[in-house]
Amino acid sequence: MTVDQIIFLIAAAATLFAAFSVVTTGNLIRAAFWLIGALFGVAVIFAILHASFLAVMQVVVYVGAIAILFIFAVMLTRKDMRDQGAQLNRNWKFGAFLSALVFAGLFFLLRGWGGVSKTAAAFPSDFDAVAALGGALVSPDAYVLPFEVASVLLVAALVGAVYVAYNHK
Amino acid sequence: MIPLSWYLVFSAALFSIGLFGVLTRRNLIAILLGVELMLNAVNVNLVAFWRYGDVHNIAGQAFTIIVFAVAAAEVSVGLALVISVYRKRNTIIADEIDILKW
Repeated sequence: MTVDQIIFLIAAAATLFAAFSVVTTGNLIRAAFWLIGALFGVAVIFAILHASFLAVMQVVVYVGAIAILFIFAVMLTRKDMRDQGAQLNRNWKFGAFLSALVFAGLFFLLRGWGGVSKTAAAFPSDFDAVAALGGALVSPDAYVLPFEVASVLLVAALVGAVYVAYNHK
Repeated sequence: MIPLSWYLVFSAALFSIGLFGVLTRRNLIAILLGVELMLNAVNVNLVAFWRYGDVHNIAGQAFTIIVFAVAAAEVSVGLALVISVYRKRNTIIADEIDILKW
């Protein structure tokens, strides 16, 4: 076991535990905080994968914005925080079976695929992934169109969210 | 070195946990939390394939950025809908929002 592998296993185990707590905890505020833990774990995974910009963006966008938005929403609907009755609906056994089936299906699909045990080539030391990503996002030969469509989507979501949540009285 | 399969199995497990949350939780906000976990599992896959393929082809990271934007849009609109429903019907339990169900 190398240091890489140990860090990966710790981060992965912590992330999966936090994710499992997100879907089973009754108290929604706690679920939102467990989500923050899971998102940090994914950021560590990104850092292990040499995606430094994405690791930072994961913390800034997901933890800083999305998780805080969840906490605000939980507090604005706080009467239902201590849910009456069960947290899971009555089909939860079927749901558990279905998600276990999806996992088993993906697992066997991966076992049958040849490239799965591949290890990464050493990261080229002269390659600046952040500069390459920034260039690709604004280059007409690469991803400027998806990038602009994402901006339009964000503006539409902004206007739509304000309109939907506005108190029309 | 870490084999690619570790990342893929981790991401499959994260996706399945998120799917379980989406399928079984009764609370609307908890369902959205499950969706977030599923989107993160997809991101791990995209970045892992970028790293284990040709790192000069930046497509995996570029699409992860797009997924970030889509996740932010989805959460803002979703939570606005939740707050709007809560204001009108005073509940965020998914089974009780059945005005379209006959």
